[in-house]
Amino acid sequence: MKKIFVFGMTSLLLWACNAATSEMTTATDTEAALSGGQSAVVDDESAKDVVKIAAGSPDHTTLVAAVKKAELVDALSNAGPFTVFAPVNAAFDKLPAGTVDNLLKPENKEKLQDILQYHVYVGSLNTNLMQDGQILNQVNGGNITISKDAEGKIKINNSATIVASIPASNGIIHVIDAVLLPPAN
Amino acid sequence: MYISLPKLMASVAFTAVTAGALFSCKPKGAEAAVSGDAAAKAYVAPGKYDEFYNIVSGGFNGQIGIYGIPSGRLFRIVPVFSVSPESGYGYSEETKPMLNTSHGFVPWDDLHHIALSQTNGEHDGRWAFANGNNTPRLARIDLSTFRTSEIIEIPNSAGNHASPFITQGSEYVVAATRFSVPLEQNADVPINTYKENFKGSVSFISVDQKTGGMNLAFQIRTPGVNFDLSRAGKGKSHGWFFFSCYNSEKANTLLEVNASAKDKDFIMAVNWKKAEEYLRAGKAKKESVRYAHNVYDENSHTATSTIKNEVLVLDPKDCPDMVYMIPCPKSPHGTDVDPSGEYIVGSGKLAALIPVFSFTKFQQAIANKSFDGDYDGIPVIKYEAALHGEVQKPGLGPLHTEFDANGNAYTSFFVSSEIVKWNLKDLKVLDRVPTYYSIGHLSVPGGPTSKPHGKYVIAYNKITKDRYLPTGPELTQSAQLYSIEGDKMKLILDFPTTGEPHYAEAIPASLLRDKQRKIYKIEENTHPYVAKGEGQAKVVREGNKVHVYMTAIRSHLTPDNIEGVRVGDEVYFHVTNLEQDWDVPHGFAIKGANNAESLIMPGETQTIKFVPDRVGMYPFYCTDFCSALHQEMQGYLRVSPAGSNVPLAYSTGTNKPASTSKGDTTKKAATKP
Repeated sequence: MKKIFVFGMTSLLLWACNAATSEMTTATDTEAALSGGQSAVVDDESAKDVVKIAAGSPDHTTLVAAVKKAELVDALSNAGPFTVFAPVNAAFDKLPAGTVDNLLKPENKEKLQDILQYHVYVGSLNTNLMQDGQILNQVNGGNITISKDAEGKIKINNSATIVASIPASNGIIHVIDAVLLPPAN
Repeated sequence: MYISLPKLMASVAFTAVTAGALFSCKPKGAEAAVSGDAAAKAYVAPGKYDEFYNIVSGGFNGQIGIYGIPSGRLFRIVPVFSVSPESGYGYSEETKPMLNTSHGFVPWDDLHHIALSQTNGEHDGRWAFANGNNTPRLARIDLSTFRTSEIIEIPNSAGNHASPFITQGSEYVVAATRFSVPLEQNADVPINTYKENFKGSVSFISVDQKTGGMNLAFQIRTPGVNFDLSRAGKGKSHGWFFFSCYNSEKANTLLEVNASAKDKDFIMAVNWKKAEEYLRAGKAKKESVRYAHNVYDENSHTATSTIKNEVLVLDPKDCPDMVYMIPCPKSPHGTDVDPSGEYIVGSGKLAALIPVFSFTKFQQAIANKSFDGDYDGIPVIKYEAALHGEVQKPGLGPLHTEFDANGNAYTSFFVSSEIVKWNLKDLKVLDRVPTYYSIGHLSVPGGPTSKPHGKYVIAYNKITKDRYLPTGPELTQSAQLYSIEGDKMKLILDFPTTGEPHYAEAIPASLLRDKQRKIYKIEENTHPYVAKGEGQAKVVREGNKVHVYMTAIRSHLTPDNIEGVRVGDEVYFHVTNLEQDWDVPHGFAIKGANNAESLIMPGETQTIKFVPDRVGMYPFYCTDFCSALHQEMQGYLRVSPAGSNVPLAYSTGTNKPASTSKGDTTKKAATKP
């Protein structure tokens, strides 16, 4: 079953605040410009990074909201390279009712970070580089296991299937149909 | 399965998505803003001095940059492994041997790390050492002249990355190879025989405490890992060296994946005092190698390059208790030792925590034989047995750690682009500040010594994107200065750097300022082609070589009219700067020279080789604005056809037009057959 995802252009509105970070200073201006992180860099010419690609996908609004809540936007706008396993909205919907809302609460930020970082590997791996039985150590410190069948279908932790892959300027996004839950430790 | 973005976009209706406040313009918190007194903190008034010298590596520019802290002002670029047309370094006959290697003249390298000399664990302001990461080399820079004094090539090495870290008494500077390689005698092997044929080498270069002279004392042969960084023990751990290793998987391809397979790599601990004992006991084997050792002599103003052919090698198999492996999570990058020498901080760049090892516990683990097997015969210490504790969830991508004098550590995080301050004892995170962007190394003045000077932490960033006025695809490299005087780190200055800044050290200005050399004494000049006064200026022919013993003083060159040079000659302009006055260099350049100018300090002699390619008149002049009549400081070289019988002649001030001349006072040149 192949699902099609839309990765629309991020709207111009996103960068409506450019002026705040790129203004010229005068001799009497001793205050630094208020700075965002790398995600705030104004650049519509370069290829999109993993965050900008995800932000343009209507099927990843839950993931993007979570990444923002977990304050991982700047980190994932970094040079990387990252392999991001990106669960679609429907994958989050499969979780027990209230799970996502609960994770998005400020007091659960660390837990949310842990889950999201479990979806990121430092290193850019396309599916050709993935092998059956391969173990990857994720950003949160936990391991995931790759399985690859004869047709080349790839599953993560025997639960989430890679349904599409999109190269990004700072790595690659593999769209998956289930949320990966870090093993308790 | 693999769907490209354009295909996806073409296959569905386009929907613009409002990503909400993803890129909203609110600052990341108060720390992102600079407080009102920041400008005052970084401001050094005109004519006033900075508090610290910042000795900053220049990466792929092969040089060292000297900056002032807190102003961030650039004072000097010191060429080390790369030629410098500014000074003629690597172009002049005297300095070319500095860049000689067993591969011949290598005029470039990738300079990553700085180690300032120490006495009793404190900065002493004698020398800076720097590594050449590509064609493995180690350099020493004299901090009274800010010039490169010595370069030694490292044999059996390939990528001298874990270098030049230094012991607390400057006994040794180390050079550990990033790439393991087959040994030099048997290098022609299939690459996929890595596991059996490739070996690592850790070189100990001893330092003569009087002269600074370097000597490749011995090497330790190690398993075929990649060495990344290193630190010497100090205080209670003096006598030990710690090296971070990655690729304990021994992969020889696609390390991006294959060197990250294991949960833990190692910090390799070397007991170098033990190694010295084994050396004295004759345990070392002599191996045949080939490396260059280049030394610059300040009296003759000339470098000599010597090719050496032997190295003493200690094998841990023959030397028990000399080397141990401490497991360290996920491809450790920095391995940093705190000022007391008790704590060794490993920064696994892919790890979600920072392990801090205790030297005391490590010693106990050895005594109790708390081993977890061995790695190629080297005992592996049990992780928990050497562990003081772990800093949990400190940030993403820890790289390097520096220290202040109050028991705090400052770790750089590349992925999360921040500096995190944490306490060494309880391992609690105390503060974090963003860097703009993607910090690599960081430096606290005196941070690697037993007595940190503190006050600032300087971030050396890998990405600047929108931080400065853009200059096309290639943007400036940068550093950022933070005050660490309060509980909270405060950003006070961005400043651009020349070349990519990797590691840097900062040293109090008081340790260097008053010992700066101002001139070279002309009477101490032993250059074989010196002219110690205009009376000694001359031109001498030796076959097709023509040696011009030239002097420079405000505002003329002697001789300034030279005739009798022929096509096919090699002309050597040995220019002695007769000035004995600080900050009055003269330069020398001649039209069509296939090298560079030379810039000659007061009392110094430097030589530019010039091979005229055609008959003609070749003007030469002083390139450094030296005086009000600098523009008059010039001369002519007449080049005649091969076989011409124009006599060799030279003069200054006398070779006037025939109509007004009382006679030809031009001296006839001495001619050697």
